[in-house]
Amino acid sequence: MPKRTDLQHVLVIGSGPIVIGQASEFDYSGTQACRVLKAEGLRVSLVNSNPATIMTDPEVADATYVEPLTPEFVERVIAKERPDALLATLGGQTALNLAIGLYENGVLEKYGVQLIGADVDAINRGEDRQKFKDIVRSIGADAPRSTVCGTVEEALATAAEVGYPVVIRPSFTMGGLGSGIATDEPMLRRMAGHGLADSPVHTVLIEESVLGWKEFELELMRDRSDNVVVICSIENIDAMGVHTGDSVTVAPAMTLTDREYQQMRDVGIAVLREVGVDTGGCNIQFAVHPETGRLVVIEMNPRVSRSSALASKATGFPIAKIAAKLAIGYTLDEITNDITGVTPASFEPSLDYVVVKIPRFAFEKFPGADPRLTTTMKSVGEVMAMGRNFTEALGKAMRSTETSAAGFWTDAAQPADAAALVEQLRTPVDGRLYTAQRALAAGATVEQVAEASGFDTWFVDQIALVNEIGEEVREAPSLTPELLRRAKRHGLSDRQVAVLRPELAGEDGVRTLRWRLGIRPVYKTVDTCAAEFAARTPYHYSSYDSETEVEPRERPAVLILGSGPNRIGQGVEFDYSCVHAVMALQDAGYEAVMVNCNPETVSTDYDTADRLYFEPLTFEDVLEVVEAERAAGPVAGVICTLGGQTPLGLAQRLKDAGVPVLGTSPEAIDAAEDRGEFSRVLSDTGLLAPKHGMATTSAEAVAIAASIGYPVLVRPSYVLGGRGMEIVYEDAMLEAYITKATDVSADHPVLVDRFLEDAVEIDVDALYDGTDLYLGGVMEHIEEAGIHSGDSACALPPITLGGEDLQAIRRATEALASRIGVRGLMNVQYALKDDVLYVLEANPRASRTVPFVSKVTAVQLAKAAARIAVGQTIAHLRTAGVLPATGDGTDLPVDGPIAVKEAVLPFHRFRTIEGQGVDTVLGPEMKSTGEVMGIDAEFGTAFAKSQAAAYGDLPTGGTVFVSLANRDKRSAVFPVKRLADLGFRVLATVGTAQVLRRNGVSCEVVGKFSQGPGNIVERILAGEIDLVVNTPFGTPGNSGPRLDGYEIRAAAVSAGIPCITTVQGMAATVQGVESLRRGDIGVRSLQDLHESLAAAQAAAGTTA
Amino acid sequence: MNDAILVLEDGRTFHGDAYGATGTTVGEAVFSTGMTGYQETLTDPSYAGQIVTMTAPHVGNTGVNGEDDESRRMWVAGFVVRDPARRPANWRATGSLGDELVAQGVVGISGIDTRALTRHLRDRGAMRAGISSELGAEELLARVTASESMTGADLAPSVSTGQPYVVPAVGEKRFTIAALDLGIKTATPRYLAELGVETHVLPATATAEQLLEHGVDGVFVSNGPGDPAAADYAVAAVRGVLEARRPLFGICFGNQILGRALGLGTYKLRFGHRGLNQPVLDRVSGTVRVTSHNHGFAVDAPLDRPTDTPFGPVEVSHVGLNDQVVEGLRLLETPAFSVQFHPEAAAGPHDANPLFGRFVDLMTAERERGSAVTPPPIVDHTTGEKA
Repeated sequence: MPKRTDLQHVLVIGSGPIVIGQASEFDYSGTQACRVLKAEGLRVSLVNSNPATIMTDPEVADATYVEPLTPEFVERVIAKERPDALLATLGGQTALNLAIGLYENGVLEKYGVQLIGADVDAINRGEDRQKFKDIVRSIGADAPRSTVCGTVEEALATAAEVGYPVVIRPSFTMGGLGSGIATDEPMLRRMAGHGLADSPVHTVLIEESVLGWKEFELELMRDRSDNVVVICSIENIDAMGVHTGDSVTVAPAMTLTDREYQQMRDVGIAVLREVGVDTGGCNIQFAVHPETGRLVVIEMNPRVSRSSALASKATGFPIAKIAAKLAIGYTLDEITNDITGVTPASFEPSLDYVVVKIPRFAFEKFPGADPRLTTTMKSVGEVMAMGRNFTEALGKAMRSTETSAAGFWTDAAQPADAAALVEQLRTPVDGRLYTAQRALAAGATVEQVAEASGFDTWFVDQIALVNEIGEEVREAPSLTPELLRRAKRHGLSDRQVAVLRPELAGEDGVRTLRWRLGIRPVYKTVDTCAAEFAARTPYHYSSYDSETEVEPRERPAVLILGSGPNRIGQGVEFDYSCVHAVMALQDAGYEAVMVNCNPETVSTDYDTADRLYFEPLTFEDVLEVVEAERAAGPVAGVICTLGGQTPLGLAQRLKDAGVPVLGTSPEAIDAAEDRGEFSRVLSDTGLLAPKHGMATTSAEAVAIAASIGYPVLVRPSYVLGGRGMEIVYEDAMLEAYITKATDVSADHPVLVDRFLEDAVEIDVDALYDGTDLYLGGVMEHIEEAGIHSGDSACALPPITLGGEDLQAIRRATEALASRIGVRGLMNVQYALKDDVLYVLEANPRASRTVPFVSKVTAVQLAKAAARIAVGQTIAHLRTAGVLPATGDGTDLPVDGPIAVKEAVLPFHRFRTIEGQGVDTVLGPEMKSTGEVMGIDAEFGTAFAKSQAAAYGDLPTGGTVFVSLANRDKRSAVFPVKRLADLGFRVLATVGTAQVLRRNGVSCEVVGKFSQGPGNIVERILAGEIDLVVNTPFGTPGNSGPRLDGYEIRAAAVSAGIPCITTVQGMAATVQGVESLRRGDIGVRSLQDLHESLAAAQAAAGTTA
Repeated sequence: MNDAILVLEDGRTFHGDAYGATGTTVGEAVFSTGMTGYQETLTDPSYAGQIVTMTAPHVGNTGVNGEDDESRRMWVAGFVVRDPARRPANWRATGSLGDELVAQGVVGISGIDTRALTRHLRDRGAMRAGISSELGAEELLARVTASESMTGADLAPSVSTGQPYVVPAVGEKRFTIAALDLGIKTATPRYLAELGVETHVLPATATAEQLLEHGVDGVFVSNGPGDPAAADYAVAAVRGVLEARRPLFGICFGNQILGRALGLGTYKLRFGHRGLNQPVLDRVSGTVRVTSHNHGFAVDAPLDRPTDTPFGPVEVSHVGLNDQVVEGLRLLETPAFSVQFHPEAAAGPHDANPLFGRFVDLMTAERERGSAVTPPPIVDHTTGEKA
């Protein structure tokens, strides 16, 4: 069936900010969808509040609305754009829920918009757990016994019937939010309560536990002729009970016979047909009893999901792209398989390699959070690796995660006995594969490890195989070529071999030996068909096998190193910069070669770069890719400065190995990152930094603090995302910090900086080519200095800085860039206190704010940086139209748009072991997973939009609760008074209430959490409060005001109401509330905003 | 672990480890892209005389069991895998694959770059090869070049049953058929039995008269190994069945035999179709089925129009979407049809199972026509299919 002719204009909904359970995989799928629809000649409108994505690049859609993903805002977009159809199956659960909302509230009908690629009844059948189970049973398949419950009492009754443990699954939440396993009644009581609150429809499913069963997933696609294909099977190494997003998974399934696999396939297809998924992708999850083979269907997602992104990368079959084509009427047999170019998409990919995915966690960011893995997803990112066997893929995946351990033997694990290790395996936590290997090494049997961990014996045997090879390498009288080859064939890195053979002089010694012996990887191709047909797309992975498939080329290549797994502090923003570099280098005549290991990204789409190497970002793996590409043709060099800290950390070693590092040199990077070097940079440029020192012991740190005065900011050197930063007010806290940071040493000193209270923090992104500076944008933080810049809301252009401030910033930035030797992007953080500008840090690389600045100012900074890296000048880029002919980010017109970036925090996903919420207070350590942007003509509206996008609309009335630190009380009076004037009822704690009343603000006193019944925490949880303002104070501890604040903030997060923790944030909120009350907030596309910006710039140019 | 080598007739040599039985074997090197079902593949008689390379890197993970054999023994001439499992891991496993290969004398090789071998066969076509854990490369190459080619090979009688046997219907018996065993798989009579069909399996050299004995309702012509051009006895038998207007259904080799009985030619594909993921368009219903394939030869027939035959016009009912190969035939005036792929799957997806229902419907229609006053001239072959 050919393309539908009745569709001319499609609205695509994105997935919004990166959150746990919904990450950049939806940028990948949404970008594919928009591009496909545009290529088909349709007009594409897009709504997505996340500025850090490729999909919100103005070229990707015809009209791009970076607006909040709420029904109200999307309706405004629909009213303005009047699309024929809405495609909502590629933007995760967020987009799907929005589309259902717009369908149910009649907006789609009102504007005559058809939902394509989805059918609301089918979605409800797929997502309503009871209906879904009925369907599963109706086709003769099996499902766990269960009941949907609307109250805690119903949940208890069901558990009594099916027996503990039971699984709790709130309806209509994403990433398994609020779900878990209860082993007894008190646990169920508490978890069902949370689950009922988390569910938008206030129901939970209570279900027979299939804990410990084998877990599988199938990715399926269906077209409107009812053709169905299975794209990929995925087997989880972690058994049922660990969310699939938190599980180590393998594709294809490894432990099923054809009979069992085909039964699963038959059931999957029958379910898909019976549920009636319209067209597109769908994911079905199964559990298999390990001893009886009983197969039960667990759930389905009637949309493109995280697993389908993984399946796309794992097989080379682009599910989202095909789903978009199916949605506009094509059938699978009418679509060509891109990879072969000759066969149709109506087939099932066959893999001649093994894919391993390992999740990446961030528990270190949330002290106190329960590290046990459950059915609620907690990981923040993932890596994927491919090998020609499981062990090779596993080794590559383990070193791709960039945790402190990079594969077996590389961590300094304490010795333990087999029995203790086997016991540890019973609790699912991050890193169980390491424990399994140590247990085997300590003498545990494969059966013991399998029984305790729930891993299938086949996987445990594979770990045992690696362990045996490791032992052989360790024990062999000499490392023979055969043994080394065998070790490499089973995934051991040079670093691992070096640990096992200390006499080889480290990783470099192992590589020297290996190269001398000619033991080198070859590069195979992901081709969807196990080599049955020739592949046209150079999508490669390494393997220690015999035949390489890298084709020779003529044009010079540039390798772009990606950012590896998403984590807090290094996410989609860096992928954005890498993708832009690819585009810019292609425009400049180079072959762009991408190296990355993150399956959730646009950069690892085989359509993005000229060549894609899906490889770990370690020195060994990157160097081998460079060598393989050098054998294929000229290599201009490697770009390390766009993917965040991961590639930056490889720059010096690559250069030392003779690889040309393009852009800012490794020495310049060191000048900015090494504190001693950076001090010299500051003194040479005459710029000021807060007083500081560097300590390697607790005593040194206390001495430094005494000399510069408290409060101080302490942190390790070489960090991204503020790993381990804290603001410290006294000696005891400082000593505690040093004790906690166990790896403090002469090589890893701690930095102690004077902390500037009440300063304005400023972020700058700039380009420098050795001669000229192009200042991309100046962002003013809304929170004061001390909140990590990644967690702080900021405004662009800056709202309170004057022309002189901007000129001072420009001069300082230019001096820094010149002295450091930047060739490309640099990010500088400044603090402005009492009209004095302090340099907090300078990072000579692409920052997390590059996409935000690029979207607001309509200048593609990362593209310009990539061209500077290959030798082009800013002057040239200005004439070539890559940069504006005149002016830069310091002279944005006053009547141009203003944008606010707000961080999105994952606090609600974490609970302590006791089931309590974790503290939500912000500090110098970055905790946010993603960001949103609000953009409009004036600040209040932009801020209100940013809040709506991040947390839901600000309240326009109701009750505000205020509890302030003493230092904040004076400055908060005015904004609180304004809220009272706007009709808010004000509740306050005793001290705050006194100050407010003296200033003529009438308010009601409410008890602190520590003051028993009727206290503020109870009232927040009861839904009586609409807005919380709580600025934290006091020292962290187990009592006092600090703890009160913790309880208040945790309650606000649970209740899903805005919780403001700074006075500056409060002032912005008041402006936002005012603009909401005016009720005139509109929506504008980026394309439209960029036009008006250009017009304003032109006008300013003529009048100047 | 013993070393082993694999030598192709063009001289390309792969060094690996011996897997399964040690010794020397020669055969036609082919590759299968199925990711599951090695036990079914090894016991599929259609693979007789072939050295099968599994493109899936891990083979043997689920061991072997007593339920998944597709015939009485393994038939492959040799077996090539990259990473054999060290232990079986499946609740149905009764033993390891390695042990079973040894017990059945199947010579194999592991640890070679199976993808490189596959690409070689894809680019140059299926060719003769040998595996040995005892000979040197030159000696083995001499053996390979002296061995018989698959073209012209008549292999069906060697895999066929020696004695007729009966597979009874499950539940009420509705039809009785004769099956010409050119290498039949156990899944075929099993599917038919579930539809109420009793199957009388006869040896490959059975004549039309023998097939039509006892007034069977229909005749099934099975899959099997070798060159269809060498199986004149089967072609003659099928002609006899068509002349008798008895409903006929053929699979794989059976499709080629029907083609030849109709006067169509057959030819050898460069590297054949062997896998579980092949898209086939059912031109009657317009739907695409993902099907299990194992064929090195194909029928030569025009896709765009029916061809006249002594039994009335025949049209191409199924087409392989990867390469437009004829994947099914149906006669428009005689109750006979066949497909090149495997509706019995095993291993493979079950998408094409309804074709057994189509055969039953054909027999039902013929039975009704036999008792009706005015016979309808054209048989409706579309039944049993979803619209």
